Amino acid sequence: MAEHGNGESGAVVTAGEGESGTYAIDSPGLPPHRPRLSDVDEKAAKRSERQVATLFIISIIGTIVFMVGYFAIGRTSEEFGEYFDHMQWLRIQNTLLGVGSAFAMLGIGLGVVHWAKTLMPDHEIVEPRKPLRAEAERAEAAQMMGEIVEETQIKRRPLLRNTLIAAALLAPLPAVVMFRDLDRAYGEEFSPERMRHTIWDEGVRLVRDPTGTPIRASDLTVGSAMHVIPENLREISSHGERLSEKAKAVVLLMRMNPEDFEHTSPGREDWTYQGIIACSKVCTHVGCPVALYERHTHHLLCPCHQSTFDAAQEFKVVFGPAGRPLPQLPITVDDEGFLVARSDFTEPVGPTYWERGNA
Amino acid sequence: MSAADKNYTEAQYLEADQYQPRTRTGRIANYVDQRVGGTGIVREFGRKVFPDHWSFMFGEVALYSFIIVVLSGAFLTFWFDPSMATTRYSGSYAPLQGVDMSTAYATALELSFDVRGGLFMRQLHHWGALLFILAMSVHMLRVFFTGAFRKPRELNWVVGCALLILGLGAGFTGYSLPDEVLSGNGLRIIDGMMKAIPVVGTYLSFFLFGGEFPGDEVIPRLYTLHIFIIPGMILILIAIHLFMVVVHKHTQYPGPGRTERNVVGYPVGPVYAAKAGGFFFIVLGILCLISGTFQINALWNYGPYDPSPVQAGAQPDWYIGPFEGVLRLMPGWLGPIPLEFVIPTPWGGNSVATPVLVPMIPIAVMFLGMFIWPWIEAWITGDKKEHHLLDRPRNAPTRTAVGAATVTFYCIMWGMGSNDLIATHFQLSLNDITYWSRVLIFVGPVIAYILTKRICLALQRKDREIALHGHEAGIIEVSPDGGFHERHKLPSEYELWTLVSYEAPAPSGPRPNAKGKVTRVEKFRAALNRMFFEDRVEPVSRQEYLEALEHNGHHDGATGLEAAQSQEQITAGHSGRH
Repeated sequence: MAEHGNGESGAVVTAGEGESGTYAIDSPGLPPHRPRLSDVDEKAAKRSERQVATLFIISIIGTIVFMVGYFAIGRTSEEFGEYFDHMQWLRIQNTLLGVGSAFAMLGIGLGVVHWAKTLMPDHEIVEPRKPLRAEAERAEAAQMMGEIVEETQIKRRPLLRNTLIAAALLAPLPAVVMFRDLDRAYGEEFSPERMRHTIWDEGVRLVRDPTGTPIRASDLTVGSAMHVIPENLREISSHGERLSEKAKAVVLLMRMNPEDFEHTSPGREDWTYQGIIACSKVCTHVGCPVALYERHTHHLLCPCHQSTFDAAQEFKVVFGPAGRPLPQLPITVDDEGFLVARSDFTEPVGPTYWERGNA
Repeated sequence: MSAADKNYTEAQYLEADQYQPRTRTGRIANYVDQRVGGTGIVREFGRKVFPDHWSFMFGEVALYSFIIVVLSGAFLTFWFDPSMATTRYSGSYAPLQGVDMSTAYATALELSFDVRGGLFMRQLHHWGALLFILAMSVHMLRVFFTGAFRKPRELNWVVGCALLILGLGAGFTGYSLPDEVLSGNGLRIIDGMMKAIPVVGTYLSFFLFGGEFPGDEVIPRLYTLHIFIIPGMILILIAIHLFMVVVHKHTQYPGPGRTERNVVGYPVGPVYAAKAGGFFFIVLGILCLISGTFQINALWNYGPYDPSPVQAGAQPDWYIGPFEGVLRLMPGWLGPIPLEFVIPTPWGGNSVATPVLVPMIPIAVMFLGMFIWPWIEAWITGDKKEHHLLDRPRNAPTRTAVGAATVTFYCIMWGMGSNDLIATHFQLSLNDITYWSRVLIFVGPVIAYILTKRICLALQRKDREIALHGHEAGIIEVSPDGGFHERHKLPSEYELWTLVSYEAPAPSGPRPNAKGKVTRVEKFRAALNRMFFEDRVEPVSRQEYLEALEHNGHHDGATGLEAAQSQEQITAGHSGRH
């Protein structure tokens, strides 16, 4: 390859040789090296040296700042009881640690890079690429592989080969099967059927979260909404189980003017009580809590993906990615006047799953 | 093997014992060398050449931020306990005192408030993770747009893609660990997406959560994934990635003196090692500065995880944005028609959660396309050659346009992940943003493709212009006969070489196979090939260049000595000057 630098000249037009001949000009080779100021002027080099040393000293100061932040402020909780002070001191400490270590690191980093750029040689070096493989070596390797395969006799003894393949295919199975108990459910429980039911049942009171106090119809004014849990949720002692049941059973309760209901399906006539209507709070899209209620439009909005449901139309989807209305919980009041469920939900709550079917 | 047919003399074996180092350093080096062979390493790597370019630093940033994330993460593990056992918080953050919560959340709070520097390290870990994935993404864009993934580096591109996916996995599993409301809702979304998968989805969810969502198994499981399995896999893949970089040697940008057969750059020792080593401290320093001054994931504000509350305006970490956005973008109903449906079966039907499944398709296509792009492109172009010189993005207009279209597609999904914040910050209707994005997701990439391709071709024409007529000098001259013209400054031969030394293949028609038949697949390939290459700007040919020089000589005499000199050399060149 032509690598003759031609100094100042504008263009070299030689008859093409090799690849470069196909282009408008031939390869001019590497541009001539241009010395830096620090290469020719000892003063400039000295100046660079001082700059690098200064950066290293800044790094030392940064480390000291870090130490001051760590020891002088100390364990904030012990020295400062008040919440406000605690947060304030934590913020100062965090800033000192961050800024201190930033200077400590940047001082070293910028110093070394500046050193490399101004004082270490900046001559570019040309190194040839090795071919990824030489043909003679490939042939030798291929021959070796042939001999290795031959020595195993695997081609001559297909019985060995076939039984080995069968064994190797089966051998990993235990490693897969062993993960079965990742799901702790056994026997009949090990079925998506468990998702069809919640702990709501006939007569289960709707109670406030987390106090557990029951709710009278008169506690809700028209236009208000609250989130409620079944009274029996608190009876579950296992933390994980309680979370799982709550994740299905959490309900949103709101009160509207009864004449605002635009549509009531047959069979649902007695699912509300004096304009109080209840629905699952778990979005039918991917399960976020449908947390926002707009009283003027009766719309419920899921803040995760903005699925919007209309409470006046049995929680029909009016916007967003949800595919189904929110399941409605049939409610009434018990003898003492507290709101209770008429039954469990009549369909699985939460996101759609394969086995859900026609519910 | 060479060992078998090569015999060493006894003297050669004894050489090692006879060598007596003179200095203390020499003795230590010799000790190590005689046991593990430092000589070979120094000879191989001591002066190994690495090309230098700012865009080659993104991969370095990714590597360094990974190291920082591993170190800061190891620090966090000494205090953080991923247990789901209930505990009553009694740490120094007053608003949560007396609240029942999981040990995981309690220890995350302890780390933040009662371990000195714990908050700093948590923030360093989080910012580092964001930077890790950002740097990988930008590095991959650089590799894509410069064609560095071409033969022989296709497999290393695949390793890189796998690293990106593992990075996303590491990020998401870590994000979920503190067990507060924000990350819990993230898990809830994952649960909902898993359940949408036909046939196996429900069981996948059961297996991940140990039963029904959320249970109390998932956090310790994510912990094992987050601190052991995923980082272990990342480490192994990084080792493979770097090993292949050494095998292939680094690519370089086209330029004077750079060919397919050489590497031009700085030697590892000392310049490149100093720059790269110093750069680690710069990355760490910047991350420290961010972590000390910018709050991230203030998890004390969210409260312990409970499946019933959620914050409005909640955002995932940036790299989850597109996944979140595409879910928001998808309509659940087309007017009165629900997209979700039930396949009737004797056992009561199976549900297809179309609104959740359909958004997974573009994501899957995008990632799959990313993995196999080197083979797609090689198949379309028919290019089987090795490439060590990078493409300037303008010189591969179609690839650049495809990349820009994909980036646009990604960014629309990403922006939709924040549609609620865009709506509140810019006082726009959330619904309108969503409607427009549903159009934009289809139209945007097409516009980006066309625009990018035109821009690339225009830049190539500009390059031709400069090669043939020089740079506009900005000086208008009046000739004695009253004419005006602008002075042009001809490029140096080094600049010229960069402008003219590229390939612009013409489309190649369908080729018959061995049986002499042009298959339908081959016709399709030829159509794609035409799309790839039909719009092209050829590099300046030698003849054009000579003609232009002559022309410049006549009319641009004002460029003076330089032009005259080149004029002379043309004539000299014709006579075969070497």
